[in-house]
Amino acid sequence: MSLTELTIADAAAGLRARKFSATELVRAHTDAIAALNPRLNAYITTTPDAALAAATHADAALAKGEAKPLTGIPLGIKDLFCTNGVRTTAASNILKNFVPPYESTVTANLLRDGAVFVGKTNLDEFAMGSANITSAFGPVENPWKRKGDDAALVPGGSSGGSAAAVAAGLAMGATGTDTGGSIRQPAAYCGIVGLKPTYGRCSRFGTIAYASSLDQAGPMARSVRDCAIMLQSMAGFDVRDSTSVNRDVPDYSAAVGRSLKGLKVGIPAEYRAEGLSAEIEAAWQQGIEWLKAAGCEIVDVSLPHTKYGLATYYIVAPAECSSNLARYDGLRFGERVEGPTLDAMYEATRRAGFGPEVRRRIMMGTYVLSAGYYDAYYLKAQKVRSLIRRDFTESFQKVDVLLTPTAPTPAFAQGEKTDDPVQMYLNDIFTVPASMAGMPAMSVPVGLGATGLPLGLQLIGRPFDEETLLAAGSALESAAGFTHRPAIRAEGAK
Amino acid sequence: MSYTLEGRTGTWEIVVGLEVHAQVISHSKLFSGASASYGGEPNTHVSLVDAGFPGMLPVLNHECVAQAIRTGLGLRARINLESRFDRKNYFYADLPTGYQISQFTHPIVGEGTVEIELGDGTVRHIGITRLHMEQDAGKSMHDQDPTRSFIDLNRAGVALMEIVSEPDIRSPEEAGAYLRKLRQILRYLGTCDGNMEEGSMRADVNVSVRKAGEPFRTRCEIKNVNSIRYVMHAIEVEATRQIAVWEDGGEVDQETRLFDPSRNETRSLRSKEDAHDYRYFPDPDLLPLVVEQAWVDELERALPELPDDKRDRFVKQYGIPRYDASVLVAEQAIADYYEEVAKGRDARLAANWVTGDLFGALNRTGRSIQDSPISAQALGGMLDLMADKTINGKIAKEVFEDMLETGDSAADIVDRKGLKQVTDTGAIDAAVADVLARNADKVAEYRGGKDRLFGFFVGQVMKAMAGKANPAIVNEALKKVL
Repeated sequence: MSLTELTIADAAAGLRARKFSATELVRAHTDAIAALNPRLNAYITTTPDAALAAATHADAALAKGEAKPLTGIPLGIKDLFCTNGVRTTAASNILKNFVPPYESTVTANLLRDGAVFVGKTNLDEFAMGSANITSAFGPVENPWKRKGDDAALVPGGSSGGSAAAVAAGLAMGATGTDTGGSIRQPAAYCGIVGLKPTYGRCSRFGTIAYASSLDQAGPMARSVRDCAIMLQSMAGFDVRDSTSVNRDVPDYSAAVGRSLKGLKVGIPAEYRAEGLSAEIEAAWQQGIEWLKAAGCEIVDVSLPHTKYGLATYYIVAPAECSSNLARYDGLRFGERVEGPTLDAMYEATRRAGFGPEVRRRIMMGTYVLSAGYYDAYYLKAQKVRSLIRRDFTESFQKVDVLLTPTAPTPAFAQGEKTDDPVQMYLNDIFTVPASMAGMPAMSVPVGLGATGLPLGLQLIGRPFDEETLLAAGSALESAAGFTHRPAIRAEGAK
Repeated sequence: MSYTLEGRTGTWEIVVGLEVHAQVISHSKLFSGASASYGGEPNTHVSLVDAGFPGMLPVLNHECVAQAIRTGLGLRARINLESRFDRKNYFYADLPTGYQISQFTHPIVGEGTVEIELGDGTVRHIGITRLHMEQDAGKSMHDQDPTRSFIDLNRAGVALMEIVSEPDIRSPEEAGAYLRKLRQILRYLGTCDGNMEEGSMRADVNVSVRKAGEPFRTRCEIKNVNSIRYVMHAIEVEATRQIAVWEDGGEVDQETRLFDPSRNETRSLRSKEDAHDYRYFPDPDLLPLVVEQAWVDELERALPELPDDKRDRFVKQYGIPRYDASVLVAEQAIADYYEEVAKGRDARLAANWVTGDLFGALNRTGRSIQDSPISAQALGGMLDLMADKTINGKIAKEVFEDMLETGDSAADIVDRKGLKQVTDTGAIDAAVADVLARNADKVAEYRGGKDRLFGFFVGQVMKAMAGKANPAIVNEALKKVL
């Protein structure tokens, strides 16, 4: 098997068994990036030289028997994580030349455990989008193709570059961030596994903020086990993030393959929403059968406030972003466009620096926080948010985990539904509620639809019970036996 | 007693509320580890958090919370065990994140009260509405370059306490007394150094005027006044302006104004229409601040004695007048000095020396109590010499002046100058006899009924003995002979 097709778990074993070196493993990926990135645009910045230098260190560590969990494993890093000395853009013109002098906690944790970073992956600008078409560095192409159709498809978003890179073999795994579905939806569109941990499980320090009360980093990889391995390194309390939670990080890999006997799986009625494609509904039913066969008890549940999820999200997230993005003013870092006065400079800088979707959300957020509108929008949204959270809390008194579709449709083509922002926002209809509630959730690929595109199912768990997600996710994974690979991939390109 | 201004249409009362920004004494800033110390080259006390770099997050400094709670306790105010941080959003060059983290809806300290005392001895209580914590902004410098402004972020993120009073203040004098009292309390607590000239204490002054018995009229806010004297001037000037506006048939607009001390006037800074919409909302980077009552109790137990309590104790314990006690507790260091002098001695005499001769000398030499040339022990030593009648009051003045100049102890000076009081009745009797012999005419007059001459004889005897005679013995001897 090609080195770019291995899972992280198998690669780590292969490195320890000296079947191949870290240098070979990393070079296979940097070569694949060189060959395919010009087309897929999955990376904004690639760092092959630094990656190969790190691989040399990894080989030295392996030779000395000092390998750590991720030693020599090539990973892609969403370009929202600040990386010391490596340009970090948030896919925005305003940060197009920004080189942070510091490392985010999540990436520092991965480096501590030996990971090798091959580059910074593309995303929707400031993580605002569901198709990776708002990046100032151009859209990302999904490596999958519809049957008999060469149209370039979207990889989902905002972690579209990470999803495409992992699917195409341009990284063994990648970091994502998820605010309303930005890990799970692209994972579903690209046929990989994506896990959004509980809010507070991974530190947000050094990750460029979109909506602080929702943003959460998580792993994206080609297997459930790989996500467990990555999360093991990424998670943990951080004194530098007051919202990170001080509790032990369990052994996530131990949960993979764990028996599901007696596990209660909730099926929320409200997710049988309008616009849910028949093939996804069928995949969902299949998932239910698989879990039943694995010994789970299926329970119908209701999350009555689900229908308010998107509307609430599009008040809370823009409100926070309008404030979080105020620091991009051209004064201390980032791009500046001069103006005759301070205000003129701000206006020119921000007009040139931010794309239309970011500007739209800043304006929405500014509006909903304004005097006279705050109570009707922001305050009401906060109240609805607690009701959404309560829905989950009450459900989890009856069931251990919820199973839903990840997205209402498979990947669509660039240019399709992308000119109507509201249509675009509907992509996140199934992922947003868990974000609003801070619950952990994971998307697992379970099969191909009629057009040959991957379909994903979502598992939503109790706060800090990522283990049950991993257990149920691995059951779905083995039942589905999902071994399909995209049309555009490293191995195929050779 | 009440302060009013006379207009064409009658008598006006003024209504003032103060918002005081007090910089918290702490090692590091409210949400970052950067130094909070004053001074330092521009932009040397700045962390990535203070500069608002991407991905940076605030982490609350609990020492600043302790300081805010101590201050709340000092203002006899309610401590809110749960409070919250909000973002106040506005764009300015010295505000790196584009928002100030403040406590808008849920401050850490609620209602309290400050007792003030006016010149005529009137005591008033000024209500405290709230105290909340917030970040200071950086400093914009517009005078360094003809075309550019410079920004110093050393102050950005330093913890401030905003202390808001009720509109209970009715005169410039009360405003001054309130600010002095507040500063005194902050200094006692060690929570703010109260140095207005360095900007570590600043006041926003809300002023309105009304006729007696009316409800409040529209107020104006005078921003960032940086001395107590200016606050008092600004109130008078602004009240006078508002009276003129009303009396000319106009309306006072709610607006923000600036006080210009050089022209003794206030000027409009921005009107209500131009007021910022700060879009306050809870800061999602910070959890609600929950403090334990046990911790508040612990802070309360460790609180120093506050000025009002100390004054009352001085009156009771030392038997000194309330006015003297107030003067002595003005600063913690003065109170400590006094207590050291008074300890085991005549406390009233000690109060007289400290508030009289010592304060006079400090004023004359422009020194503070901390660098007084005469230590409390030294002054006490001198009082001991008076108590054991080694020197009398008159000689003490001379000794005191010598101590000021030389820093020698009173005992050394008395030895060096031979100022020991003479209590030898033989020597005094001889001097008395000599004086009476040389002033036979006056003796006759005295005996003829001119009692006033007794003082003359005392003076002559003291003079003959170079001031060192024990005055009581001299009196005795003279009375006996005369």
